[in-house]
Amino acid sequence: MADNNESPATELKDPLVAGVLAWLIPGLGHFYQGRAAKGALFMICILGTFAYGLYLSSGSKYVRWNGKEVLADVGWGRAVYFSFRPNDWRLPWLCQIGVGFPTVPMTLLQAELKEPILHGFMAPPPLPDVDPLKNGPPGVAPPPDEKPPAPAEMSLAWINRLLPHYFELGTVYTMIAGLLNVLAIYDACCGPVAGESGKKEDDMPEGKRSAAMEEAKS
Amino acid sequence: MNCMFWYAFPLIVSVSLVYAGTRHEDVGEILKHALRVAISITGFMLLVFAILCLISMQVS
Repeated sequence: MADNNESPATELKDPLVAGVLAWLIPGLGHFYQGRAAKGALFMICILGTFAYGLYLSSGSKYVRWNGKEVLADVGWGRAVYFSFRPNDWRLPWLCQIGVGFPTVPMTLLQAELKEPILHGFMAPPPLPDVDPLKNGPPGVAPPPDEKPPAPAEMSLAWINRLLPHYFELGTVYTMIAGLLNVLAIYDACCGPVAGESGKKEDDMPEGKRSAAMEEAKS
Repeated sequence: MNCMFWYAFPLIVSVSLVYAGTRHEDVGEILKHALRVAISITGFMLLVFAILCLISMQVS
């Protein structure tokens, strides 16, 4: 068994800074620590999952209105938005902010703006101006004879009608991406969870280990 | 094939790789562990699927 003080399994440079960087951009904390392979792995997996969730909750669809086919555009990345208004507490956002920079600034900005920018990207859908006790919750289907609104005015009911399943799938993907980044942040701060990793490095044959150490010294 | 089950596949790959990544430092070990985790998740999901199928057959 090798002495852990001689050859530590993982050298963690500035765990606090690495943790903050890992939250801002998944994998960035590992790149900062020189753990490029794991940084690339986390970046591709987590940002890929997040981006696919955004893609699933974007798009357009032809709907029949007034006897003709009309293209209804939902906008981009509708599954991620900040809203804690009455009747619309967007709790998945608490998981989605695990991804950090790709989520937080844009969702907070769009929640503040009166007119959403960037084709409704991460913008909270407007709440219907109706009494939910009489008309049902905001997610119920809109009347079939209603004209499809612009992406900025696309309500949750319209989004669910135009993207059946996909809005929910996009929400799940983006939530899981945020939660996975919590694991990556922990890894950046504290290193791999104690387990087999230490044992495997210690199991390196004596000849190989001394050769590696000499190479590192030179 | 337009089946919603396919949407689980990228999630299983991503979750198993990230989970294994937090357990090891070596890429080879990460990939081996990720394969084991992916098989476990798939098996668990198939078990739940089978139980739900049985329940739905009993109900209908």
